[in-house]
Amino acid sequence: MLKQHLPILLVIVPLITAPLIVLLRRPLLSWMAAMLASVVTLIIAIPLLQQAVDQGVISYAIGTWPAPLGIEYRVDAANAFVALIVALMAVFVMPYCRTGIAAEVRSEEHYLFYAMMMLCLAGLLGILLTGDAFNLFVFLEISSLATYVLIAMGRDRRALVASYQYLLMGTIGATLYVIGIGLLYLQTGTLNLADLAQRLPVMGDVRATLAALAFITVGISLKIALFPLHLWLPNAYAYSPSAVSAFLAATATKVSIYVLMRYFFTIFGETVVFDARYTGTLLLALSLAAMFIPAVVAIFQKDVKRLLAYSSVSQIGYITLGISLSSVGGLTAAVAHLFNHALTKGGMFLILGGVVLRYGGASLERMAGLGRTMPIAAFAFVLGGLSLIGIPGTAGFISKWYLVTAAMEEGQWWLAGAVMLSSLLAVIYVWRFVEVAYFREPPEGSPSRGEAPLSMLLPGLAMIAACLWFGLDATWSGSMARAAAEALAGAWK
Amino acid sequence: MNLASHYTYFVTILLLMVGLFIVIARSNLIKKLVGLGLFQTAVYLLYIAPGKLIGGVAPIIGEGFDVYSNPLPHVLILTAIVVGVATLALGLALVVRIKEAYGSIEEEEILERDAADELNATDRA
Repeated sequence: MLKQHLPILLVIVPLITAPLIVLLRRPLLSWMAAMLASVVTLIIAIPLLQQAVDQGVISYAIGTWPAPLGIEYRVDAANAFVALIVALMAVFVMPYCRTGIAAEVRSEEHYLFYAMMMLCLAGLLGILLTGDAFNLFVFLEISSLATYVLIAMGRDRRALVASYQYLLMGTIGATLYVIGIGLLYLQTGTLNLADLAQRLPVMGDVRATLAALAFITVGISLKIALFPLHLWLPNAYAYSPSAVSAFLAATATKVSIYVLMRYFFTIFGETVVFDARYTGTLLLALSLAAMFIPAVVAIFQKDVKRLLAYSSVSQIGYITLGISLSSVGGLTAAVAHLFNHALTKGGMFLILGGVVLRYGGASLERMAGLGRTMPIAAFAFVLGGLSLIGIPGTAGFISKWYLVTAAMEEGQWWLAGAVMLSSLLAVIYVWRFVEVAYFREPPEGSPSRGEAPLSMLLPGLAMIAACLWFGLDATWSGSMARAAAEALAGAWK
Repeated sequence: MNLASHYTYFVTILLLMVGLFIVIARSNLIKKLVGLGLFQTAVYLLYIAPGKLIGGVAPIIGEGFDVYSNPLPHVLILTAIVVGVATLALGLALVVRIKEAYGSIEEEEILERDAADELNATDRA
């Protein structure tokens, strides 16, 4: 009985927890509520994914109003898998928050922090599960508004400006998306995504459809931080509290990537998006630019958080590269990298958060001799870096392997070279950290700092360990990525 | 295509462009939000105008009324208005905090101060 309500429960649990936390107010109680809700969402997400893989498509009519008139939640292997990633990241980040946030957010604001985390989680899960184009916009704004608040909670005053800039760009992106679905609604008279997918091909090649495609693509790309629309991202990640950087880097852009894939492959269809025009070529060019330019910028960063942020933009390029191949292989690579990069980057940001707590800042200069003062954190960070590069044995290697294989299947041999070259850039920016942390002496007279508290260190270590695990045994993650790709490429029936 | 019958689209696009231009061209943070508000509001027109039939009434079955306007766009836009208000409120709250932290709401001055801070930080290091 409860089993058939899993899709709505996944969104409702964090959504209800948010106001509950505001009522609880006490930092410890609100943390416990948030932690509990995150664990419950993960417990819901696992059987939901299992169910989606077994059944194909689960349709859930909200309030038993049947689709297309009522709002429908539509779950298949693709969104259930991304939902599992999001829930998993929440469970990793929450234990970290207890001590991690204490240093960065005033204690009387803690309950607001947790409430916003829950709203953000609810919004992200809502975006994933909903089968209604306008409902998707509402959830997009719920998660975005929560994100702006979370970023603004950073200690540095630049966090405020970063949040404001993200608010401007995020709202423009969301508004462009609304224009896009408005155009689709005016043509087809429906907002249900599955219904749209059936009615759009009947309309034929109408210019309004293409305008809608353009608006939705640009709007969602702003949220993805697809190069060159990534300008909000580095500051937002660099100045927000470490737990927020980790959570956002692992989830927010990934969820938007899912939305783009859903629109490209399920709703507009490959023939409209890729075969008939140059979307694929354009996306390919932008992905290549993303793989190289932000990676070069990352090399010159003085602040490790900013370095990771630029590296994120560059890694997003790999994911969109997979999409631009418009094959099941490419999509598998995209989804696999989505998962692997979420683990890697989330873990690295969490580890870095512990270092920032001890060192009072994330500037590379201060981290001289980190390999001696905080050996575990430095080592875990380097392992994460190896996964960013794509060294065999790490999760990053698996997705790059998929990507190169998919490119070769399409006969694009030179893309394999491009991926290798871009990985070399990752070697350089990871090496900068290695050099500072291991080959420089800790500054004279610096107090012995020691590792970060266990509650901050363990979640990061767990994520890095998972990243190694899925690098050695990719059976599960690979088969899930494959199932997700097939679900995206197949018609949504 | 009859231009006059599509005039609502032209108004929409004009308002959209005016709003977007303000967001990009103005350096005052409040003015940027005004532009953003205009940009969002223009979209409401895109939805509402086609939903209205001339002579149409609210879709409640009653004697003597057989032409109804489409209620769905109105409902959607009601939601979008709520989102717009929330965004504007949050944006203004951020501007208040920025003013407290920087003593200015001009983007250029804020960026200058950040650059100066960074210069000081490197001097000290």
